[in-house]
Amino acid sequence: MSQRPITEDDLHAYVDRVLEPERQAEVASYLEAHPDVAKRVTAFSDQRDLLRTALAPIADEPLPGELNLSRIIESRRQRRSPAWWAVAAMLLVCIGGAGGWTVRGSMEMPTIGLAALAQEATYSYNVYAPDRVRPVEIRASDSAQLVQWASNRLHQPVKVPDLATSGFRLMGGRVVATSHGPAAMFMYDNDHGERLVVLTRPMTTDQGAPMTPQTSGDVAGFSWADSGMGYSLVGQSPAEALRPIANEVRRQARTI
Amino acid sequence: MNDMLLLVEPLIPALRRYARALVRNDATADDLVQDCLERAVSRWHQRREGDPRPWLFTILHNLAVNQFRQAKTRGQHVTIEETSENDLGQDAVQERKLMYQDVLNRLARLPEDQRAVLLLIAVEDLSYADAAKVLDIPVGTVMSRLSRARERLQQEIEGTANAAPANVVPLRSMK
Repeated sequence: MSQRPITEDDLHAYVDRVLEPERQAEVASYLEAHPDVAKRVTAFSDQRDLLRTALAPIADEPLPGELNLSRIIESRRQRRSPAWWAVAAMLLVCIGGAGGWTVRGSMEMPTIGLAALAQEATYSYNVYAPDRVRPVEIRASDSAQLVQWASNRLHQPVKVPDLATSGFRLMGGRVVATSHGPAAMFMYDNDHGERLVVLTRPMTTDQGAPMTPQTSGDVAGFSWADSGMGYSLVGQSPAEALRPIANEVRRQARTI
Repeated sequence: MNDMLLLVEPLIPALRRYARALVRNDATADDLVQDCLERAVSRWHQRREGDPRPWLFTILHNLAVNQFRQAKTRGQHVTIEETSENDLGQDAVQERKLMYQDVLNRLARLPEDQRAVLLLIAVEDLSYADAAKVLDIPVGTVMSRLSRARERLQQEIEGTANAAPANVVPLRSMK
């Protein structure tokens, strides 16, 4: 039987014991004939054994309560209970301020970081996107004014993403209130009347965070954070359909 | 939710071990694992069918990378905990513990990307293909990085790498 040459990859696979038995034997006999290589491979095997033994005790430690999965699932279930979701949303939107926080605080842990941003984008979408009369405060025709307003309030240079390649036109935007201060909201629509909302604000928690999908009711989208600024793009399409648009927004924001 | 408990719970010790060995700070590591589990619970419906291990390690790894990045932009070093002699036992046990601690201290001097690949493959038993998914790099890159990691760790163990930083206890000289 003709033998394939032994590669560097084979040597590592030999160390990691992931070769087919036949190949494992071939490598073993190669090593017998090449003591220099064998020495190196033995050293790698020793490393592997040593690392595994040195780290094994960590996996045997009892888990702290914070890592109790049942508890994590339960606290999330309470947080997501639909009735409370609606009540919290109503309170935040209608009352806001201290009243909203007190009631909300007694029910659940405050939402922070990317999760909070995602929630705020969903609230903004639910409030402004269905508005047929005045969905935006400043129209796209005055976008320079919009950019200036948002940049002043956020103390950050804000750029309006251009979503023309995805078939969405800027309708306009406004500064909206969030539990973490002012945020800039931009709204877009396409030829089918579908609307998208992009919400952006400075982040205190999660200053950098990967693209994270979210769904709440029939509003879905993605949130992420780059260099201290958080972004959330939401609409009524399935999250996956919005991913390329979110990627485009992120790409443009990075070139500010 | 039941399948989530059945599939994820047994993996928590391994996630913890990976986080701890990668960031070398127990509290930070547990925070990362907690964050990872919360994300896993909230995105459970988005995972692909099959073994959730690579998926969970991907979430954890990305969180750890963010953590490294944030620590860097804040101009802080991720604390590396060295074991003090008081923590160690006696005699033969002590000798073995020193050896284990020694290899972990040497591992800590590898660049993050090399440490990650070595831990995922040599300790957590991920396949090369799964490690490639977790690290979001091609399998060929996994192999070359694994090779570099092993060479580098060997140099560290043999003491032929660049001089140790001053804060690292020279455990080998205590034999």
